[in-house]
Amino acid sequence: MQMPKPDENVIARRSELAAALREIVPGEGVIDNDEELRAFDCDGLMAYKQLPLIVVLPETTQQVSEILKYCHANNIKIVPRGAGTGLSGGAMPLADAITLGLSKFKKILEVDYANRCVVTQPGVTNLGITQAVEHAGFYYAPDPSSQIACSIGGNVAENSGGVHCLKYGLTTNNVLGVEMVLMNGEIIRLGGKHLDAGGYDLLGVITGSEGLLGVITEVTVRILRKPEVARALLIGFPTMIDAGNCVADVIAAGIIPGGMELMDKPTIHATEDFVHAGYPLDVEGLMIVELDGPEAEVAYLVERVEEIARAANASTVRISESEEERMRFWSGRKNAFPAIGRISPDYICVDGTIPRKKLAEVLERMQGISEKHGLRVANVFHAGDGNLHPLVLFDANVPGELDAAEALCGDILRLCVEVGGVLSGEHGIGVEKRDLMGAMFTEDDLKQQQRVKCAFDPGHLLNPGKVYPELHRCAELGRMHVHHGKLPFPDIPRF
Amino acid sequence: MTDTLKPENENQILDAIQWAVSEKTPLDVVAGGSKRDFGRPMQTAATLDMSAMSAIKTYEPEELFMTLEAGAPMKEINKALDDAGQHLSFEPPDFGPLLGTDGDRATIGGIVATNLAGPRRIKEGAARDHVLGFHAVSGRGEIFKSGGTVVKNVTGFDLSKLMAGSFGTLAVLSDVTLKTLPKPEKVRTLLVRWRVDGVYDHAAMKVMSMALGSAHDVSGAAHLPAHAAISSSVDYVNAVGGGVTALRLEGPAPSVEHRVEALRNELREFGNIEELHTSNSRTFWREVRDVRPFAGRDDLAFVWRLSVPPAEGAKVALSILETLKGEVIYDWGGGQVWLGLQAVTNAGAEVVRSVVAGVGGHATLIRASQDIRGEVPVFQPLSAAEGLIAEKIKEGFDPEGVLNPGRMYPGV
Repeated sequence: MQMPKPDENVIARRSELAAALREIVPGEGVIDNDEELRAFDCDGLMAYKQLPLIVVLPETTQQVSEILKYCHANNIKIVPRGAGTGLSGGAMPLADAITLGLSKFKKILEVDYANRCVVTQPGVTNLGITQAVEHAGFYYAPDPSSQIACSIGGNVAENSGGVHCLKYGLTTNNVLGVEMVLMNGEIIRLGGKHLDAGGYDLLGVITGSEGLLGVITEVTVRILRKPEVARALLIGFPTMIDAGNCVADVIAAGIIPGGMELMDKPTIHATEDFVHAGYPLDVEGLMIVELDGPEAEVAYLVERVEEIARAANASTVRISESEEERMRFWSGRKNAFPAIGRISPDYICVDGTIPRKKLAEVLERMQGISEKHGLRVANVFHAGDGNLHPLVLFDANVPGELDAAEALCGDILRLCVEVGGVLSGEHGIGVEKRDLMGAMFTEDDLKQQQRVKCAFDPGHLLNPGKVYPELHRCAELGRMHVHHGKLPFPDIPRF
Repeated sequence: MTDTLKPENENQILDAIQWAVSEKTPLDVVAGGSKRDFGRPMQTAATLDMSAMSAIKTYEPEELFMTLEAGAPMKEINKALDDAGQHLSFEPPDFGPLLGTDGDRATIGGIVATNLAGPRRIKEGAARDHVLGFHAVSGRGEIFKSGGTVVKNVTGFDLSKLMAGSFGTLAVLSDVTLKTLPKPEKVRTLLVRWRVDGVYDHAAMKVMSMALGSAHDVSGAAHLPAHAAISSSVDYVNAVGGGVTALRLEGPAPSVEHRVEALRNELREFGNIEELHTSNSRTFWREVRDVRPFAGRDDLAFVWRLSVPPAEGAKVALSILETLKGEVIYDWGGGQVWLGLQAVTNAGAEVVRSVVAGVGGHATLIRASQDIRGEVPVFQPLSAAEGLIAEKIKEGFDPEGVLNPGRMYPGV
């Protein structure tokens, strides 16, 4: 992974910078010894490690503002960091940058049931929001699988998803407002407890911007009333093609399930060995369909999905009769990653999205890619929204396997784009998929995105080297190429 | 007399914009023209008429998406969706009649450019939440795209959000891909009917807040005070004489029946609850969606759309109406306040905006004469920092200012 060349002059100024930061954040909030910095040397993408120059853990928005103002004036780079659970390396440190962690922003500021929203600091965990309101029967809908640990600020930065996206949307559909600090130290508020923007939808652009546009210091999210009931169907299929068809049939019947997950045979076996969820072992594809909502609705839809599944050649259908049984159906899926971890020393989790109807084709071609690189692939799949998570199994201690695994991942993602999908469904681009952006976007597409970056951070001080394979200077991006001398649109009808 | 250019494909849009850039000729971007009077008046020498790009390019109901040329008429889009049992769940409104033109002229490009949404906004989001991707030509004279056709996508900055609600000031959409969803099988509306005398706006906020916080999955919550309820074409609504608070329940038949009973039971302290079935429900919510009670009302010179925290809706409206003469309709559980004001200096902007500022939110002047829209900020004035970002974004997409210059803000 090629990162921008660290600035030796900045590295040489470490103690001077640390002293300046201690003026802003007193006490133990500034870390500059290698021993303690090691705890911050990577995020959830653990293949890449780098000690940050300094870590600063401010406690107030004012401190964040002063840190950024100082770094702006001194031309120092910043890597914002939430809980560090991101899987694409968005919070991967840089040798010449300050990692700015929001872990001390841990308070929920306001729970407002009348307006059905929660105002919170960004370091609160995703699950923490639900826990703050569940006694009143509410919850926060997006549920990334890291929800115990990941922070809401990080969720906004990555536009995190989860298993319930098809019905309840991603983070971007559930965030109402943010307070954020711009690279020049200015504090701005976007949105609030009301809906939509008065001018350009800057909140929409901030969400999913992977720490490139600003540092979020407060978040307002909408909360929903917890569905009366949720029930799950566990459906086995003799082939993955049957399973894929069943997904299409459910949607064609006008049903949008709360969750619709699919696992292939290697995953079924690995998870069953690990958690003993009672999964059938004689099937090629296993699907979990969860229906949630008012009791009468769920009862009705469970019956319809069962009919559809049987018509789609399901070999086994089980319906959860209790909350305990529903959780047991999910236990295998939710433990799929650690279960794979038991059968392989290392694995990489890929995250592409494809049109649902391409599932069979993609699975078949993925088999070929897997053979070409000589590594095994196990599949879990958010089938409802087409988000694939192939797990590429390898052993980092075997020379060449990491490279082969990464090449395999690249091939899978290029395949996703080729069939009409995208490079990332929910993990983000970060450094992991940065160099594949050209597979999906033209140079002009990427430049247009980067011009948005220029409106927020023209000096490229925030999280440089992430998301975009090539950093263009803003002056260069702004230059206009005027097409003089061209005949004015000879073929356009004029009136 | 201005030049009108009517491109038939993306390359012709490109030619037109490159010409506009080289000649420094600003373009007025238009398709159906149903919302021409929405926004600040502009001085443009030429018109870019998108109505020839009107095709439904791809519609795959089982993949839940539709790709449309920007000038595709909503009428035809709705027909195609209806045939497949689907809809655009954010309920794009038709503002033609509200703004004094005919109905059924809206196009998808205009809906996205103005980021509109109907009563289901509270549950399903606005246009911004349903744009999966697009192709466009920027004011730089470059073709670019963003997003795709799949729902789950976090690949790069989400420019779809930026395009939604940018009023054609950044780029001209050539096509746009939207999420489609199954249409609910059944619709019912519960009506809480208030007495003929008195003001029940505050009580209505409480009813809507309770309903929206219930487990019954309410997909519409509006309050029509007496003046507005009387104008409805639905008899059960106009015959009440007083105000009406409406709550919509949709979904599979057995579910709707069950929830109607449960919610009706929870509302029993508000007297005898009336119920609208599918056809009346559809008519009623279309009226709310299109703000029909204010259409054709020449006495209401100004129409404001306020977006505020829902529980504050009545407080905001009543406090404005203490000083200014007019009427109000509440949608989005109180979060969207439609204010119709009688003639008043500067459309009452100062009062309206200072009251909104007190609770947080934004106010947009939707209907006013061209002169007033030239003088009073139509869109919520931005903070200095936000204004600077908006200007720089405009510069990044349209540095020469050839696309709808000044339609949102001076210089943007």
